[in-house]
Amino acid sequence: MEIVHVYTKLRSEFGRECLFSDRPAELLVDVPPDPSLALQFIQKTHRDQAVQACRDMSEHQVNTERFESDSCGINHVEGGWPKDVNPQEMEQTIRFRKKVEKDESYINSILQLGSAMEHCIRQNNAVDIYQEYFEDEEEVEESQEPPSAKTINVFRDPNELKRTVTGLSWHPDGGRKLAAAYSCLEFQKTSRETSLDSYIWDVENPNRPEMTLKPASPLVCLDYNPKDSHTLVGGCYNGQIAYWDTRRGSQPVEVSSVEHSHRDPVYKIIWLQSKTGTDAFSASTDGQVLWWDVRRLSEPTECLVLDPSREGHLDRALGGVSLEFESTMPTKFMVGTEQGVVMSCNRKAKTPAEKIVCTYDGHHGPVYALQRNPFFPKNFLTVGDWTARIWSEDIKESSIMWTRYQMSYLTDACWSPVRPAVFFTVKMDGVLDIWDILFKQNDPTLSLKVCDEALYSLRLQDNGRLVACGSQQGGATLLEICSGLSTLQKNEKSLLAAMFERETKREKILEARQRELRLKERSRSEQSREEDTGRDDGDDPPDQLISRAETDFYSVVETETRRRRDREEQKKIKPAGQFDFVLL
Amino acid sequence: MAEVEETLKRIQGQKGVQGIIIVNSEGIPIKTTLDYPSTVQYAGLIQQLVMMARSTVREIDPQNDLTFLRVRSKKNEIMIAPDKDYFLIVIQNPSD
Repeated sequence: MEIVHVYTKLRSEFGRECLFSDRPAELLVDVPPDPSLALQFIQKTHRDQAVQACRDMSEHQVNTERFESDSCGINHVEGGWPKDVNPQEMEQTIRFRKKVEKDESYINSILQLGSAMEHCIRQNNAVDIYQEYFEDEEEVEESQEPPSAKTINVFRDPNELKRTVTGLSWHPDGGRKLAAAYSCLEFQKTSRETSLDSYIWDVENPNRPEMTLKPASPLVCLDYNPKDSHTLVGGCYNGQIAYWDTRRGSQPVEVSSVEHSHRDPVYKIIWLQSKTGTDAFSASTDGQVLWWDVRRLSEPTECLVLDPSREGHLDRALGGVSLEFESTMPTKFMVGTEQGVVMSCNRKAKTPAEKIVCTYDGHHGPVYALQRNPFFPKNFLTVGDWTARIWSEDIKESSIMWTRYQMSYLTDACWSPVRPAVFFTVKMDGVLDIWDILFKQNDPTLSLKVCDEALYSLRLQDNGRLVACGSQQGGATLLEICSGLSTLQKNEKSLLAAMFERETKREKILEARQRELRLKERSRSEQSREEDTGRDDGDDPPDQLISRAETDFYSVVETETRRRRDREEQKKIKPAGQFDFVLL
Repeated sequence: MAEVEETLKRIQGQKGVQGIIIVNSEGIPIKTTLDYPSTVQYAGLIQQLVMMARSTVREIDPQNDLTFLRVRSKKNEIMIAPDKDYFLIVIQNPSD
């Protein structure tokens, strides 16, 4: 199709000036679309194409043929001989060698190399570069890393209604299993739906307990038999004792009869060392300590009433909350009571009165934990109210060492089985404290917040590295202690022995001094009574002492408030424009 | 010729020296104080080691070249002095 426009101009009009004029648009050509032409084109799919000024690249994948490689040794056979020399022929090789040796370059290079080599050889002979200096000095063992502990696993109570983990016991062989006793110790908080079961957990599997123990009443404490790792004994909330054999299933093999058991929850039960390996003893707040033979749980073999007056009156007895037994001293044991008194007893005493040897009075509240130091059996640790105290058997008046009053109640404690100077405590704010008395006595060496709820029980595995602590919501947490706190340091035993001796001596001196003072006062008071002159410091009647204390107290309070008021006035006097951030 | 002998004797006389081997660039042991099979073994293995060490040094810096190679092991030390055409290998037990 041709579009043609013809311009014509008369020759006579050439050169004439152009006269432009406006005129409306004139349609010259109109080319309508022709749909038939569209058939000659192919519709292409829409595509986003980025335009960039760069080289075109393409990607290919190539798969080479499998190449098999093999490694093998090389047998060194002579090689490199020139073609005319036969390596097998001795003569030819010798001749070749002699020829080389006569070569000029050979001589020069060997001389050069020889001098360099000699230098190095002499160097080697002069100094041994790998010599060990300071071999005698032992490596400074102070682990610079700060003490730490890591949570490994948490074993939670699988039931809906969570109960407190009140007792823990490690499996005696290697500690692969942990038995936990669950019960609700708060008075009348248990409802009908709370489960009565306690569990044995495998350390590796926190999802499901390995075995369930089904007592008739919730277990408050339990203990693995150190001699026979299949048997456990547990004390129930209703005072009964139950005996399990894990090979025989979840039900207790035998349960003590209700009439002869304790009348209060059994707070602690421990296996004894005996020839038959079937003896255990238990303590409860009803004031009794009962001995049992697990083959015959129908009635206890022996009974001791914790009466401080040693007369066996049950109504005056103190309730037992913790027990202590050390297999190296099989006839002695100790009971911690609800009233804060620790009683040391001898099982083999002739008369019941002599059974209770002595008492240690130190805590304001129940003694929740009691344990002898595994390395120094004469010293034991007690925990109760807000402090932990270390005692020496000889000093009955007071403990030889004690911690500061903590912010919350301490519920359990135990010594580390590997390090004599380390012990662990758990508190009601969910904190686990690790104390190293050779390092720091005022504060715990390491304080870890294990969980938000209170921790009620604590047990260390025999290797000293794993700690299990049980909480109020039924979670038993397993922690691993860093090696610094679980390996015996050198001189630790001797240093600790020296420390204990020093403290014991100090207490003895204080005791002696107290006795002296008391004697002096007594003699003085007797004198004064005879002479009737009165006024001795120690003999003021109590109400005078009280009034004096009151006046002292009020004067101190007054001076303190006055001081505070002055301080505040001084702050207010400060010029305006000076901003002071005052902590309210 | 005599100086070479003297040098070698001097080296051999140093304390702790267990053996000397002179190898040419093709791997043929020219002179040795050890028994023949060990010599052959040393010659073959050490030549490869020296080649690799030399190429390493030169690849990092083409102007550089290997002057001495010492291989210290638990039992002894192997010292190799390479040259254009020959290597001198000495096995020494370092003093201790």
